[in-house]
Amino acid sequence: MTALLEVDNVTLRFGGVVAVNKVSFSVEEGEVFALVGPNGAGKSTLFNLISRFYTPVEGDIRFEGRSILDRPSHEIARLGIARTFQNIELFDHATVLQNLLVGRHRHRRSRLWNELLFTPFVRQEERRHREAVEKVIDFLDLQAYRDKYIAGLPYGVRKVVEMGRALAIEPRLLLLDEPASGLSVEETQDVAFWVEDIKTQMGITVIMVEHDMHLVSAVSDRVLALADGKTVALGTPHEVQTHPKVIEAYIGAADPAERAVA
Amino acid sequence: MRTLFKTSYDADINLFRDGRHAMWYGLLLAIAIVLPFVLGDFELGEVAHVLIWAIAGMGLMILVGQTGQPSLGHASFLAVGCYANVILQNDYGVPFILSLPIAGLIAGLAGVAIALPTSRLHGIYLGIATLAVSVLTGDLIVIAEPVTKGVFGLYAPQITIFGITIDRYGNPDRFYWLILAVTVIVVLLYKNLLRSPLGRSFAAVRDSEVSARAMGVNIPRTKAVSFGLSAGITGIAGALMGHYTGIFNNETFNLIMSIQLLLMIVIGGLGSIHGAFFGAIVVALLPQAIVFVRDTVSAVAGTSSVAIPGMETAIFGIILVVFILFEPMGIYGRWVKIRTWFELFPFARRDMFRRQRSYLKTERMR
Repeated sequence: MTALLEVDNVTLRFGGVVAVNKVSFSVEEGEVFALVGPNGAGKSTLFNLISRFYTPVEGDIRFEGRSILDRPSHEIARLGIARTFQNIELFDHATVLQNLLVGRHRHRRSRLWNELLFTPFVRQEERRHREAVEKVIDFLDLQAYRDKYIAGLPYGVRKVVEMGRALAIEPRLLLLDEPASGLSVEETQDVAFWVEDIKTQMGITVIMVEHDMHLVSAVSDRVLALADGKTVALGTPHEVQTHPKVIEAYIGAADPAERAVA
Repeated sequence: MRTLFKTSYDADINLFRDGRHAMWYGLLLAIAIVLPFVLGDFELGEVAHVLIWAIAGMGLMILVGQTGQPSLGHASFLAVGCYANVILQNDYGVPFILSLPIAGLIAGLAGVAIALPTSRLHGIYLGIATLAVSVLTGDLIVIAEPVTKGVFGLYAPQITIFGITIDRYGNPDRFYWLILAVTVIVVLLYKNLLRSPLGRSFAAVRDSEVSARAMGVNIPRTKAVSFGLSAGITGIAGALMGHYTGIFNNETFNLIMSIQLLLMIVIGGLGSIHGAFFGAIVVALLPQAIVFVRDTVSAVAGTSSVAIPGMETAIFGIILVVFILFEPMGIYGRWVKIRTWFELFPFARRDMFRRQRSYLKTERMR
């Protein structure tokens, strides 16, 4: 089995700050891969590197065996990589339906002239896009919000809409940036089920940044722990959670001398 | 309140929601067509003026309302369209039926040419860049004096389509119908744009460039297309404006006009076709309204009519400030609120249109 995504020895610096420092990992087809680590560990930066918002100063990122570093960011969706954002980047002044339809942009086959004339071909295409989007709406239970504007929706629903928009791309690889942050316990459980279904029913590989360790252990096959831009541990959720270096990264050094003082 | 029962995806794709919706717009069009038989020549000219402004407004609306890129230089595209149309007819003998779309095309290309170097600029910076274009236009027209006749200006020729003469003063009814036809075509193109993938990618660029990119939208290209369409439609409005005023020179399409265009769509309501029309009514009829009020007041007061310099600009400014303070959604926004109130009567709530606070919005990845 070849890896779907390979991040090979990638480094990114912002001025003097090394945001990502020689990180390497590979994600197999059909797995749920989680990135964990304290704030500022470089998790979201890795997502932005894979989305090509940033260009690494060193190293290579390969999707299906081919380097994506020669691709501009707007071609990444066309390759089949979809993502969500930590702070929700939806199109606020559009409806849920329109937001999801933007996700279909990768599948656009009509051109400027026939869209302006709205030829029968464009109508046919619109029906096709709508059908694909309706599947996503059914999957995520968004029926009630179809024609609502994003600007008026509660936070939890926006989070789901953003996941839906990424699914409308029909990706092979889905990058979820903190899908459960700010969600209630019930909503987080929904996310867990959805991620499971995305993996098993849709066959989409998932990379997830998440702080909720319950969610991470519930759904992910492998976990990569990062701290200060460096790889700390890689393995099953249990292995990573009990790894001494991970514990150190989260709650500080287990120094016997300090303990004695306390 | 009526509930629409949708049975196919086409219900959301069609131009009209349902038969009743189509009927109202059909009625509006019918009234617009018979207007020359009802109104006098002067009033008809004013309506034509409103429609020309509405076309220009729709052009600018595509860029500002749909794509979120402010432009303070759209009078330049009016000028490009106007000059191209008249020069094509006078110097090259191109008939009006061809010179009008070609003028639109030339203005559109000018728009693309300005979009390409400015595609990385946002908000106020883009505004300043387009402002510079607007300032330059007058000078360029003077510099290109051999073609444009500089400060002496050009005269728009009489329009002939398939042997039918159309003259602004000679037969104002035909002139009005011509403009009405162009207006309807532009509205249809605009509506088609809104319901197609391109229109949605415009909205995506407007609301979040980062996620538009992540969805596979090519930002510079989309902005250039938006600029091109916007400038093209504005150019067509400019060509019609040339025929409407009859004579124009380097001072006709000045900076004030660019600002007026932008204010017009803000007052009308950003992001809607209705907004362009509402705004056009305000902008095109305001001078007449002021004259009317002034004459009435002086007649009642028995004083001689006094023109106050700067009156029009001041009233325009006051209207704009009032709208931005109390109704940022413009006249169209107010109209939607009133309509909803009646539709839901008596269940409308006051906070119905209040927006949810947007959470955690950061701009660090712009």
